This record gives sequence, C-alpha cells and structure tokens, in this order.
Amino acid sequence: MTDALHIDALNKAYSGNRVVKDLSFAIEPGEIFGLLGPNGAGKSTTINMIGGVSRIDSGTIRVFGFDNQKEYLTTRRLVGIMHQEIVTDTFFTIDKALRIHPGYYGVRLDKAWMNLLIDRLALEPHLHKPMNKLSGGLKRRLMVAKALIHKPRLLILDEPTAGVDVELRHSLWQFVREINQEGTTVLLTTHYLEEAQQMCGRIAIMNHGSLVALDSTSHLMSQLEERKIILQLSSPLDALPSELSAFHVQRLGGGTRLVLHLPKGCSAGEALRKVCALGLPVAEVETVKASLEDVFLELTGMKGSIE
Amino acid sequence: MNGNSQQEQPFRWWLPFVTLLKKEILRFFRVSVQTLLTPIITASLYLFVFGATLGNRISVLEGFNYAQFVVPGLILMGVINNSFANVSSSLFMSRYLGNIVDLLVTPITPGQFIFAYTLAAMIRGLLVGFVVSIISLFFATLPWTHLFLAILMACLASFLFAQLGIIAAIYSNTFDALSMYNNFLILPLIYLGGVFYPISILPPLWEGLSRINPLFYLIDGFRHAILGVGDVPLLFSFAWTALISLVLFLWAALLIKKGHRLRS
Repeated sequence: MTDALHIDALNKAYSGNRVVKDLSFAIEPGEIFGLLGPNGAGKSTTINMIGGVSRIDSGTIRVFGFDNQKEYLTTRRLVGIMHQEIVTDTFFTIDKALRIHPGYYGVRLDKAWMNLLIDRLALEPHLHKPMNKLSGGLKRRLMVAKALIHKPRLLILDEPTAGVDVELRHSLWQFVREINQEGTTVLLTTHYLEEAQQMCGRIAIMNHGSLVALDSTSHLMSQLEERKIILQLSSPLDALPSELSAFHVQRLGGGTRLVLHLPKGCSAGEALRKVCALGLPVAEVETVKASLEDVFLELTGMKGSIE
Repeated sequence: MNGNSQQEQPFRWWLPFVTLLKKEILRFFRVSVQTLLTPIITASLYLFVFGATLGNRISVLEGFNYAQFVVPGLILMGVINNSFANVSSSLFMSRYLGNIVDLLVTPITPGQFIFAYTLAAMIRGLLVGFVVSIISLFFATLPWTHLFLAILMACLASFLFAQLGIIAAIYSNTFDALSMYNNFLILPLIYLGGVFYPISILPPLWEGLSRINPLFYLIDGFRHAILGVGDVPLLFSFAWTALISLVLFLWAALLIKKGHRLRS
C-alpha cells in the first residue's frame, strides 16, 4: 500500500545551521501519527517542507505516492495543514473565511461539511464576529476548520490544542479520532504528551533535527523499563537501609514516603519482598509505569535538566 | 461523516485563481472608504483646484484650457496610485501577518498568484479612474479622440504598477520601507512626469531629464489618446510602457516562482 506520507533523507539548513538532518520516516494511510520533540527540534520546519512553505535542501517528500515538489498541485490538494503560529486574515469573519477557503484548493464549498466543522469546533456563536475580536483559542479552532474545509486525505495539526480550553480540547481530539476513523490520516505535534500518548498509534521523536525514536506508542513506553514503587510508611524512617541502595531511593514527606526506582530486570514483587524482609512499616504501595513524558525526556536528553 | 468523498470532487484548476481574485476584490470593497472613497475625494480636490479655479484662466497647450490638460493626468494618477496601493498593501500585510501561508500551502500556481493580485489591483485602479473621469465632467469637456487607446493605456498603466506593487511588497520588510516606494519613487515620478505641465515648456535640461522618467510616457500617451496631441508619438508611448510592463512582470514572476521572501 502506498504510504500516506513518505519522507526520505530530508535535510534543511538555515544560514548553515542544519535544522533537519537526514530525516526519514513514513506514515501509513489511516494512522494517527505523532511527531514530537522539544522546541527547535525541527518539527515545524518538517511540516513546512511537507506543505511547501519551506524549500527542501535535499531529500524527498511523497504524499500518497506523489512528489511534493514535482507534483505539488496534487500533493497540496491532498494535505490540510494547521500551522502552529496563529495566522488569520483580519478582513474576514469566520463564516466568510470558511466559504472562501475551499476554492484555493480547486474544490467547491460543501456546505454540509462546513456546517459540521462549525458545529464540532463550536464556532457557531462566533461566525460573524470580526477576526480581531476572537480569542487565541477560537482562532486556533478556525485554523483547524480551514485545514479541514477541503477534506484533505492527510491532515497535519501542528499544536492544535495550544490555548484551547480543556473541554474543547477533548471534543477536538474526539473529532480528530472520528475523522481518522473515516479514513483521514493524521500527523500531529503537541506539547501535551498525555494527549499524544492517548491519540497516536505510532510516535516519532525528533531532537536537534534528527529522528531519535520511531515506534508504536506502547512499544516506545515499554522500552523504557524504569518503573517506580512508591511506599507510604505508617511511621517515618530516619535512615535508609543500605540493602535498598540499588533502588536509588528518594525520601519524601519527612521520611514517610519512599520512592524506589526499579532497575532493569527487577520486578516490583522482588523489590517488595526486600522491603518486607527489612520490616519497614509499609501502609500503602503504589506502582508507577513510565509515561510518554518519561520516554520523551529520556530520549531528548532533557531528563537531567528538568530534574 | 467525511467518508473520503472529497476525492470524488473534481479539481477545478481555475478555481484557485478565481478564489484569490474574489478574495482580493472583497478585501478592497470591505474597506471601501479607505480604498475607493478616499482616492476619489483626493482626485476630486485636485480636479476642483486645477479645474474650477485655474482651469479656464490659463492654457499650457494650444487649443485646450488647463482643466482639459490636467484632467487626463489626474485620472491616470488615480489609476496608478490605487493599482500600486492595492497589491502592495495586501501582499505586504499577508507577509507581515503571516497569513500568506494560507496561500502557500494551496495548489495555486505562480501564474495564478500573480494574475489574481494583478487583476484585482487593475480593477481597483480602473474603478477609481472611471469615477474620477465621471466627476471630471463637471470641470472639463474632453474630446476622447482615441477612446480605445486611452482605455488600453490605463490598463497598461495599472498592470505596470500592479507588478511594481508585487515587487515592493516582496522586498519590503517594514511599513516604512513600503511607504518609501510610494513617497520616494512613485509620487516624484508622477509629479515630474508631466501630470501638471507639458514637459515642452521646461528648459532643455529639465525636459531632457523628464524624458528619462518612464512615467512621462504613460501620462503623455494617455493624454495624447484623449486630447489627440502629445509630446511624443503615441506608438512610442505604448511601446515604451509595454516594454517596462513586461520587464516588471518578468521580475515579479521570477520572485513569485522562486518564492523569494515568501517561502523560507
């Protein structure tokens, strides 16, 4: 099957500074794919190269098999992009902007589809307001609607939920899932890693312009085996027993709370047996698995800097 | 819901062009006080000052009073200024505010991009010129000797300044830089290009310098087509204007095709 997006050996530099380095990955049709990375990792530059906003120094981008440089008239019709920066045309209302926009893609407005977008993105009460009266979150929702108005086969969302309140964020992701189930492939970036974890089947992590990880979300998280056990003690512990040194124990709450970091190959049961053998007054036990955030921080080398 | 039915919609290759043209026309109509009414009032004031007050008292061209002489120049001035202003401000604002990306990601060709902006600019320029022509009826009776050629020259002038507007919008990074094109290039060339006087009444040195001014040929050609007399042959004015238009068009086309300062 032809990939929805196929990026091969992509490179981009600004003033000699390489911002995307030999980037290669592919997205299959029907996927929700997350492209993550810290600020300046090269995510938005990559998206800009897919859309044609930035030129490609070397490498190729194919959208459903079409080269986005040689066959740009086709690829741009197939892609809908919501950019990270909030940009709106101040001359028009939401209603006018949505009516005009499909024409740029060479298709006529589908009013039923437009109404659905308005409904699902909760734009109805604001349709006829001047653009400069809209909040940042509203403008972002309008940008999502504009990215979808020509019904693209590949939807690219660059930070779609930044500045959008929790309720609408939830409904937006629900809508994206529905669109995806109908056949639209989705590439998204977000700083809300929990959302990426919930939404994406596969995730690529970029750092300093390079790909540092690419795997299914579940596999990516299982790769990082570091798990924790949190012990709530019924009485404070003055000193840590030396037998627990392998667990790099953190003492919190004046010695009533211990965080044990499980080394690779060590099960939670094994750790608990050691704790019980020492006769510690354990009142409660909590196990914590690695989150996508842990994986992200580990792979981008940001863990130490945050801790 | 979505059903991928979108792919069954045929791609209408001309629609991106029509959409951008429509959007550009809607844009200037939406702020019509600024884009249409203001230039018409400005031109009307010029008409009043030079037509009603001086028009019948002086003559700078044999057989015509001053009002008849100056009106063609004022009409063309309206065409030129508004064609330039329309495309330069719209394209510059799109770059400045960043909403140009809305266009850059669409399947619009460089040719469609240029011609949509150009045609919208021409429509605004010619609309202002047309209204100024109607208002000028109160101040002067013009013979309109070669009506078709006069319209053709107005179209050429608006096309030329639309190209210059595209070039200015792309090279300008600030509002100041953009206004410099108008204040230090277009206005001096218009005022020194024979709108208010025939260059034949100037001393030889200044007359010679005026002939270097490309706008002189536009203004003289337009007036020649209306009044039937001019400082240079009509064919020469047209040929010269067409040549400059072509050069500026190729320049603008190259910038748009390369995405100069549009695509990073």
